[in-house]
Amino acid sequence: MNIISGKISIICGHYGTGKTNLAINLARDHAKLGEKVTIVDMDIVNPYFRTSDYRKILEEEQIEVIAPVFGATNLDLPSLPASMYMAFEKEGTVIFDLGGDDVGSTVMGRFSERLQGREYEMLYVVNKYRDIDCSPQSTAEILKEIEAVTKLKATGIINNSNLMYETTAEHIEKGYSFAVETSKLTGLPLVANIIRRDLMSDIKRIPTLKVGEIIPVDIIAGPSF
Amino acid sequence: MSEKVLMKGNEALAEAAIQAGCRLFFGYPITPQTELSAYMSKKMPKIGGLFLQAESELAAINMVLGASAAGKRAMTSSSSPGISLKSEGISYIAGSDVPAVIINVQRGGPGLGSIQPSQADYWQATKATGHGDFQLIVLAPSTVQEMADFVGQAFDLGDKYRMPVMILSDGMLGQMMEPVSFPEKGDPVIPERPWAACGHGGKRPHNIVNSLYIEAKDLEKTVVERFKKYDIIKKEEQRAESYLTDDAEIVVVAYGASSRVARSAVNSARAAGIKVGLIRPITLWPFPTDAIEATVSTAKKYLTVEMSMGQMVDDVKLVINGRAPVSFFGRTGGVIPTPGEILEEIKKLND
Repeated sequence: MNIISGKISIICGHYGTGKTNLAINLARDHAKLGEKVTIVDMDIVNPYFRTSDYRKILEEEQIEVIAPVFGATNLDLPSLPASMYMAFEKEGTVIFDLGGDDVGSTVMGRFSERLQGREYEMLYVVNKYRDIDCSPQSTAEILKEIEAVTKLKATGIINNSNLMYETTAEHIEKGYSFAVETSKLTGLPLVANIIRRDLMSDIKRIPTLKVGEIIPVDIIAGPSF
Repeated sequence: MSEKVLMKGNEALAEAAIQAGCRLFFGYPITPQTELSAYMSKKMPKIGGLFLQAESELAAINMVLGASAAGKRAMTSSSSPGISLKSEGISYIAGSDVPAVIINVQRGGPGLGSIQPSQADYWQATKATGHGDFQLIVLAPSTVQEMADFVGQAFDLGDKYRMPVMILSDGMLGQMMEPVSFPEKGDPVIPERPWAACGHGGKRPHNIVNSLYIEAKDLEKTVVERFKKYDIIKKEEQRAESYLTDDAEIVVVAYGASSRVARSAVNSARAAGIKVGLIRPITLWPFPTDAIEATVSTAKKYLTVEMSMGQMVDDVKLVINGRAPVSFFGRTGGVIPTPGEILEEIKKLND
């Protein structure tokens, strides 16, 4: 979990790979360790299921939330608050949750000069089970598009392969192979595998799962019914 | 079926249309259905299909009419305000007796309303989608899997009855992601369309696709014929899911996203010992009167739950016809009811 400790971390990826759920989980985990944590919702594309929808549970754990002015309201207006600049000056752990694909990530390009010469992690979240045409090749292609618009280079891959509540050990195993393949294609290290907390006991039965930290998460983002 | 993957409801609608042989999509962007158009714009050019972002909703629906008249499977999608704009063209499609699939990913209204999920277009979809005497077949999915399954069925129903079919979805179903699988790929069976105006090289009589009638009597005859077809559809095509209704003293009626919330509430109420069940209309037109009628002998009370001020509740009352009280609970404007709120209503009825 120290992959993001005390740093600026940018979570990017294809639409619906689980960026927001991961960002919320990481923020809570680090807050529990007593770190000062800021989470920045940079999504100006998605109308629902965004980080700022979970503002209440985040703020209860003393996590600061910075979000687009009209995010999660009825105004479909892509405007950014001045406080987004402050995010780059915050102490502690700062997590940027980008929108999906190149379109959703474009907003980060606006701020990329603020990261010149600074240490940051840009973590690319991948999910083998997202979309019917998903392959390591298409996943590697999307990353190139994201890097082009953010004007930043990804530093690692996070394997979040899952089928939500239908995930089994088999999915985890196949998803891991997919992530290893994507890691080879992109030349980026596989830094972590995200596992739903109640499936943690299953992964002991998967001997192939060797590279990357194991990070258990709860499902927070999404509808409750 | 293919291996399951995660997709948004909007994406599943688009992929299912492509798999049903639809190669012509005419749209105009609007939240919360935009992922559908985006998916089409990415994928159609790769498979020799056409994605066209029209200059307006009116243009898009008339392009659908043109493509359908020429005998092709065509689709458009929008969200509530955009469907209002398309309603003129939908009436023309119905009046021309051509099939077409129209998707409505509902949001809050009236007016520009909100971009949050809603079910306030029930009346529009089932009773007044445009001017004139006509009906649409209206399918109401409640999961991402059904979003995928119902598109192919909508195309088939449209072909079978030569009429427009609407999928009445909402922002919640459009935006949420769930595991979904598609049938193993094979060429979809698209029936011959001998009525299509697609050129014939002088080898057969001319086909005309038109909704204008010079003589009132001719129009009356056509409309009466069309209503005979509607009677067959009312008999043959009703669909609903009945859940725990066999011994139910209270029957909840809900469709689409609100049926998911209602089901949670029904499960909690059952756990508390209340004899309650759920009827989930799948066809909103034809309204599943048979499934509701089947509960009248055991049910003492009905509760309709909608994300509106109460629209489908009228159709439930028409079936019950005074034989039991029918109450209503709803949230509107884009607000989704919670399972707890519905459970409270069920408990009140049980007291």
